[in-house]
Amino acid sequence: MLRPRIIPCLLVHRGGLVKTRGFKAPKYVGDPINAVKIFNEKEADELIVLDIDASVTGAVPDYGLIAKLAAECRMPLCYGGGITTAEQAARIIDLGVEKVSVSAAAVADPSLLDRIANAIGRQSVVAILDVRKRSGLFARGHELCTHNATRVHKADPFEVAKALQEAGAGEIVVNSIDRDGQMQGYDIDLATRMRAAVKVPLTVLGGAGSLQHIGELIQACGTIGAAAGSLFVFKGPYHAVLINYPSQAQKEALYGGPEAR
Amino acid sequence: MIRVVDYGVGNIQAFLTMFKRLGIGAERARTVADLDDAQRLILPGVGAFDHAMQLLNQSGLLPRLQTLVHEHKMPVLGVCVGMQMLADSSDEGMLPGLGWVPGRVRSFASQGASATLPMPHMGWNDVVPREGHPLFVGFEPSPRFYFLHSYYFECQQPGHGAAKAHYGIDFDCVVSRGHVHGVQCHPEKSHHFGAQLLKNFASC
Repeated sequence: MLRPRIIPCLLVHRGGLVKTRGFKAPKYVGDPINAVKIFNEKEADELIVLDIDASVTGAVPDYGLIAKLAAECRMPLCYGGGITTAEQAARIIDLGVEKVSVSAAAVADPSLLDRIANAIGRQSVVAILDVRKRSGLFARGHELCTHNATRVHKADPFEVAKALQEAGAGEIVVNSIDRDGQMQGYDIDLATRMRAAVKVPLTVLGGAGSLQHIGELIQACGTIGAAAGSLFVFKGPYHAVLINYPSQAQKEALYGGPEAR
Repeated sequence: MIRVVDYGVGNIQAFLTMFKRLGIGAERARTVADLDDAQRLILPGVGAFDHAMQLLNQSGLLPRLQTLVHEHKMPVLGVCVGMQMLADSSDEGMLPGLGWVPGRVRSFASQGASATLPMPHMGWNDVVPREGHPLFVGFEPSPRFYFLHSYYFECQQPGHGAAKAHYGIDFDCVVSRGHVHGVQCHPEKSHHFGAQLLKNFASC
């Protein structure tokens, strides 16, 4: 049985590991390399590492950090942040990373994904979409944002996801801005609508505060990627920093176990 | 010494990292001279079939690799697209494969039961090895490996199938013909399962 993927998502800000709420207020939670070592020991399914500074400041990817992460990481690694060319993507893959993610640059120019896919294969191309519920009295549905949710796009996020899939994305990650850091559960409505919209593997990020939330997402969407930041770096009511990850038995319980299907 | 063939595609560093951790000597091979001390070969690969074949053909390494595999019977492990390159041909491309394990690479999208599933086949899946296969010595029951692919190896001779996985259909996720082995999944990124498989390859 192909299992749902349960994926820690680590945010890098000024070289340190941070966790945000609603894409704001980054809180320092430790050293990224140390976190990778712990997730190795816990045999995490995959890892996503996002540099949240690069796109905003216009910086190029931090190849030194990526090389260190890749050398340490014994699970499939997806890296995002500051990638604007196929050459950069190829260089990152060559450092030992499995997948590269592109967000703002792909929304601005979907053909970038085609060029990256030609260089590294579409299975390694991930498009991350930052989405939030529209706010306001008569507002309905979801809207797409970029640059750490400082810019809003008019295009429908589900149509953009389809377009990016056509352009060369082998995976879509949908990140709920309003659920980020809230630990109150995923936006299941967003997840099921996105699942129905795209054919490539889908990973949902934003809102998980317990393993039960991951179970709810899997119930709603089946074999899906369930990514989380806060859940895997905080423990207890006071949000003490403690890197954690479910055991294989806990994971089997979340998806019913191989015998159940 | 294990030499990981570096012809321009594939995650060479991940193999070197894993072998270093296992205490097994491994280096990349960029030139024919690099292959002089090789006792075993890893043929990695990612991306499109033709792109990988083209780069391997242009690398200048192929004649020496053919000699090592055919005349010296050197054990070789193809991984992901490196496994698919062992076949005669691929539905993904026009170029011929190496033909070291008779078979054809097929698209999941062309098969009824897998055509409707998300593509690529991405994530951790069960691998069911043939009993007593040397690559799976010392394994716990139902090992899990990480997969990331849209095409799969279809063996011409069922005897070359060494392990199966299921994604809509059953497919050969490991093939073996004597000293030539191929794995579709990624042992270099499959935690202790992958480490055990690479350790077994280093001693089989």
